[in-house]
Amino acid sequence: MTKKTRKTGLVFFPAFDWAISSTHPEREERLLYTQDQVFEEGLLDFDNIIEYKPGIATIEDINRVHICIPDVKSVVTESHLISAGGAITAAERVMRKEVDNAFALVRPPGHHAMLVVHGARGFCNVNIESIMIEYIRKHYGPKRIAVVDTDCHHGDGTQDIYWNDPNTLCISMHQDGRTLYPGSGFHEELGGPNAVGTTVNVPLPPRSSDEGFLYVLDNVILPILEEFKPDLVINSAGQDNHYTDPITNMRFTAQGYARLNEKLSPDIAVLEGGYSIENALPYVNVGIILAMAGLDYSHVREPDYNEAAVRQSAEISRYIEKEAAKIYDLWRNRESIRRNLIGNSRYVKRKKHIYYDTDGIREQQEETVRVCNDCGGLVVIDSFADTGNRILAVIIPGQSCPECRKEGELFYASTRKNQYSYVYFQDKDSDVFLADKES
Amino acid sequence: MMILGIDVGGTHTDAVLIENLEIKKKTKAITNEKNLIDSLLNVMTELLRGENIAKLKRVVLSTTISTNAIVQNKTERVSLILVSGPGISPSLIDTHGTTHFVSGYINHRGIEIAKIDPIEIEWIGEELTRDSIQDAGVVGKFSTRNPNHELKIRDILGSRLRHVSLGHRMSGHLNFPRRISTTFLNAAIWKLYNDFVTQVLDSLRHWGLSVPTYILKADGGTIDISHSVEIPVQTILSGPAASIMGILSLCETREDAIAMDIGGTTTDIALLADGIPLLEAFGVTINGHKTLIRGLQTKSIGIGGDSRVKFADNRITIGPEREGPAAAFGGSFPTPTDALIVSGITAIGDREKAASAIMEIARKMDVPVTKATEAIIDCTCREISSHVTRMIDEINNKPVYTIHEMLEGKKLCPRSLYIVGGPAQAFSSKLGSMLGCPVSIPEHAEVANAIGAALARTTAEITLLADTERRTLSIGEEGIQITIPPGFSRRDATLVGTKKLRELAIQKGAREEDLEIEIIEDQEFNMIREFHTTGKNIRLKLQVKPGLIAGYTTGKVL
Repeated sequence: MTKKTRKTGLVFFPAFDWAISSTHPEREERLLYTQDQVFEEGLLDFDNIIEYKPGIATIEDINRVHICIPDVKSVVTESHLISAGGAITAAERVMRKEVDNAFALVRPPGHHAMLVVHGARGFCNVNIESIMIEYIRKHYGPKRIAVVDTDCHHGDGTQDIYWNDPNTLCISMHQDGRTLYPGSGFHEELGGPNAVGTTVNVPLPPRSSDEGFLYVLDNVILPILEEFKPDLVINSAGQDNHYTDPITNMRFTAQGYARLNEKLSPDIAVLEGGYSIENALPYVNVGIILAMAGLDYSHVREPDYNEAAVRQSAEISRYIEKEAAKIYDLWRNRESIRRNLIGNSRYVKRKKHIYYDTDGIREQQEETVRVCNDCGGLVVIDSFADTGNRILAVIIPGQSCPECRKEGELFYASTRKNQYSYVYFQDKDSDVFLADKES
Repeated sequence: MMILGIDVGGTHTDAVLIENLEIKKKTKAITNEKNLIDSLLNVMTELLRGENIAKLKRVVLSTTISTNAIVQNKTERVSLILVSGPGISPSLIDTHGTTHFVSGYINHRGIEIAKIDPIEIEWIGEELTRDSIQDAGVVGKFSTRNPNHELKIRDILGSRLRHVSLGHRMSGHLNFPRRISTTFLNAAIWKLYNDFVTQVLDSLRHWGLSVPTYILKADGGTIDISHSVEIPVQTILSGPAASIMGILSLCETREDAIAMDIGGTTTDIALLADGIPLLEAFGVTINGHKTLIRGLQTKSIGIGGDSRVKFADNRITIGPEREGPAAAFGGSFPTPTDALIVSGITAIGDREKAASAIMEIARKMDVPVTKATEAIIDCTCREISSHVTRMIDEINNKPVYTIHEMLEGKKLCPRSLYIVGGPAQAFSSKLGSMLGCPVSIPEHAEVANAIGAALARTTAEITLLADTERRTLSIGEEGIQITIPPGFSRRDATLVGTKKLRELAIQKGAREEDLEIEIIEDQEFNMIREFHTTGKNIRLKLQVKPGLIAGYTTGKVL
């Protein structure tokens, strides 16, 4: 098999001295056997695979994305700054054209971290892909970016952060939320009033295998990407769809992951979940690295691989075909769905209850978006958590129109700050972040 | 007590006789490439003439025999038997000629997933006999975690062959393609090297010498000559190692430093961290073969005193080609050496010839000769120092895998510069100011390699992995597999490791007083399955680090 090789950057940061807690799956050992396999296969000796040391993300990089309560330092540790810094390093090498693509094989993960951060949920504190994406936009100008989340869990954090951004397409395919954490990611979740359609969810039934994943890729994801025409494609490369993963129920294989990566051809891949640390991760990661580098991955296989045992049923195949058709229709009809959703409203509100399972925090949130045809729209968030913190955040979107900007600035200036523990002002275009503490 | 050190290099053979911390005699001769033994015996004869041989307590040799054989392709025909299992495609593995991929598979934890097929191996054996192959290499993926497949294959094939090189013996590092290259090279030079050692031992006997005799390895450490025959490949690239060990013995340094050997064709650069030379992360590269051979990290750049100087596209370039000697010595092109002669910094060779060669550059540059010499010297030093800076940056940007190392890791920051080689003196002040370091040019620098060999201690390394869930402890490169109790701790592992390393080093020729043991990797992981701790995965790497034999602290040899 001859393929065109590509220059691939690899940022490997296994954080061998960090765990959420002493017996948590997100543990020191997680990438140990992956390291063994990557070293033993000699991948770092290929001329077209270049390993880079991760950088360390800054507080500003995080404030460009999140509203951390009360501040960044209180919700992250060095490990998160290095994990996000690793994703940024991968992006930098791609943007400077030193490499054709890059893979940030870093931990801890981030795709369950939402816009407002009261604590950790789904093993995530801050969203490392989003921090990377906003870093790219700040340093390399506005970009249309597509995130394809192939973790087994719905990428609800990334979806939340880009809910109102028409320039970021968030596609997540995952095990059906009725059967797995975080219980969301249904196909009717399509994005906010100014970004209907740029959130795409593909829930898959338990026991879906390579065939199902690749069917969705070919019939939903690739056609939508073709129409969206992103400048960059990011893969949130969770590896817990694997048939050996202890906390999910899918039947994806190392070959499937490599094939998916090859077809999707992401500019940047970032590791998310995946907890079958001995029987899946070593093989999946070798497969992904080879696929990204355009090298033959056909011999990569799990020790216990048995084709018949991981095949999906005909019933599942039929179900997935029907779902795929439905989801693609929603994408095609996004304009009319948007008109129906907005009607004559000038503002659209959404209420959310968010549970931070890792830290045991509950949050009530109300998000108000200004309906706008010219930008993602002014967003105001009022959030209350059972930590006792009530906050208000005024968010001026990137590439904002003059109207949304003016209204946001006026609103922030006239807010009675003593009603809240903290009031935040985030302005992506001028990269300004302000925080007022209750006096 | 007398020590004899000899470095048979590609061009020159250096030898020194050291007695009571002093260089008693030294010599330098042109190497007879056709007969390295001859070169060796000639300098030995010269230095030992009139000496009381009974006082000689130690002989150390550094030779290019292995390096030359590999670089010049004067090696034996070798067959490789690879147990690769799934993973990287065989088409991506550099297989060095006749290769047999056989069934069998060991996973990353050293667990046998698929057995080897003895009948398949027998067939291969018959084929080897038919093809008159006498040397073979057997390499398995993850064989350092479990060497049983390699051992079984050797047992089946051994009787048909002169020698079988086993992959897991080459190094404890994980890297299957490098393990293949290393094993291949080892098998390919095994006969040549063994013949060489036999000749050396015969000659020593002929001299009536029965003193400990050592060979220098790529890591700047020595090994008893009789123990070196099993893994001859570890003696490749001992030349640059000898040079660094020489600098180490001649200069007093315990800090971060730069060591540089400026020759005619190339400049070799090495770095010291707290006075200890840095080793290659995985292994040295020779003739395009990436190996697992532990070696000092050196960078060779194509700039030396005899590099050709050109002026084109409005800029001066130095090297990388060398087209004969400097103009001052009858060469046809201008060189940095000529620039040094014209500027009056050095007074060697024919000044007239040097001047006319430099004139050619000056004319192209359209400047007076003095400006041209200045520009050439400046450019040479700038090129060398930019390579040094890049090398330091690369080391400081090497990926690390823990938060602790990310935040607290040592940054290399050289505070002194040591230069040996012909043009060392001439370039010293300029290089020093460019690199911001005070410069030292050691005495006896011309025989630094022989001194380095003479005083290098025996080094050794082991890679230990204890898996308390499986209750196994393995030392990869030694093929050791033992059972451990469930409560086995990191402390226990350190004790076992230290004991084994000590035994190994003594066996390889180390003296008790030279055993400076250091733990270079120390990791412990809780193994968690389904929210329960099921065991510990303890990983240690220990070494006797490169350095000088006891009694010879750095900078004390005169």
